[in-house]
Amino acid sequence: MIVAERKNVRELLAMVEGYNRILMVGCKGCVTVCNAGGKKEVAILSAALRLARRKQGNPITIDEMTLDRQCEPEFITWLEESLNKNNYEAVISLACSIGPQYIAEAFEDLPVYPGLNTSFMGGTAQHGIWEEYCAACGDCRIHNFGGLCPVTRCAKNMMNGPCGGSEDGMCEVNKEQPCIWEKIYMRMKNLDTVESIREIRDAKDWSTSLSGGPRKIIREDLTL
Amino acid sequence: MTEPFEPQIIAFCCNYCSYAAADLAGSIRMTYPANIKIILVPCSGRVDPLHLIRALEEGADGVFIAGCLEGDCHFETGNFKAKKRTAYVRQLLDEMGIEPDRVQMFNIAASDAPKFVQIAKEVTERIRELGPGIGVKREELKEAKWRKEI
Repeated sequence: MIVAERKNVRELLAMVEGYNRILMVGCKGCVTVCNAGGKKEVAILSAALRLARRKQGNPITIDEMTLDRQCEPEFITWLEESLNKNNYEAVISLACSIGPQYIAEAFEDLPVYPGLNTSFMGGTAQHGIWEEYCAACGDCRIHNFGGLCPVTRCAKNMMNGPCGGSEDGMCEVNKEQPCIWEKIYMRMKNLDTVESIREIRDAKDWSTSLSGGPRKIIREDLTL
Repeated sequence: MTEPFEPQIIAFCCNYCSYAAADLAGSIRMTYPANIKIILVPCSGRVDPLHLIRALEEGADGVFIAGCLEGDCHFETGNFKAKKRTAYVRQLLDEMGIEPDRVQMFNIAASDAPKFVQIAKEVTERIRELGPGIGVKREELKEAKWRKEI
């Protein structure tokens, strides 16, 4: 899933400084799972902003709404009725940055602000702890590395073995991060495939990564 | 002459320890400030940041959670969860420019009625020093215009 975290309330207060009536929109997708932008976080953050503005002597009305997903334009259209009816001056989106961008594209005259910092693609190690596992390079090679990804999980993105700087199985860049190459080696040894690490492989195709500009996938069999 | 400020304080008390301590205080006729309004929760771990911030928004001048002593939670870790959530809300209040002391957490044993009374007095005094909270007023609350869930 996409992992995000809440922006500082001070930053959000500066964003909405000139407004008196706004809508805060949450998302029931990834950001609900990572406790950053679901219905509850919308309730907490909007209450925080309302209270802070009362404290400043300049109260603000913030209504709350949580869409099933903000990463599909169809769900964004659900905002239309409420936006027309309530004359909101701006919207704060508590989704990954896809949400505010879709809202911005759907409503030309409406200022949109991100309430979250979109951090990475990862998993929930345990409740309250999220870890990055994928860099979306577009050319998955993890089967060559015992199923673990050195592109994302090695601080130096080493593709051809460990850098030699790890100590007691921990990375030299971040002592709290396990060296993924040690994990790759131990796992491949366990699977009895460690010899395959010696194979000379073609250079990785980086044209599928973000360096080629924003990516797009078109499935002709699915398009309408 | 204006009335002296009497703060409204919400206390989320856990069923197994701090609520029992408050109950005992009543039974043995120890008085504590009437400013404290108790809400019984099954465990302090039930209290969510949303409960704390909503209490402040809907008119409370201060809020506190009272749980069992550390290591004595009936559900083992509920009071540690409450402690971390209190810290989170206090940080949020700091970012909002509001005094973090409006939200606090205490640990009180079921038998320790005097400690409950002492904390009730201390919190009331602290909130009195901080002055009125910034939540909506009673008449606004009826109209419920400041917030709408769509």
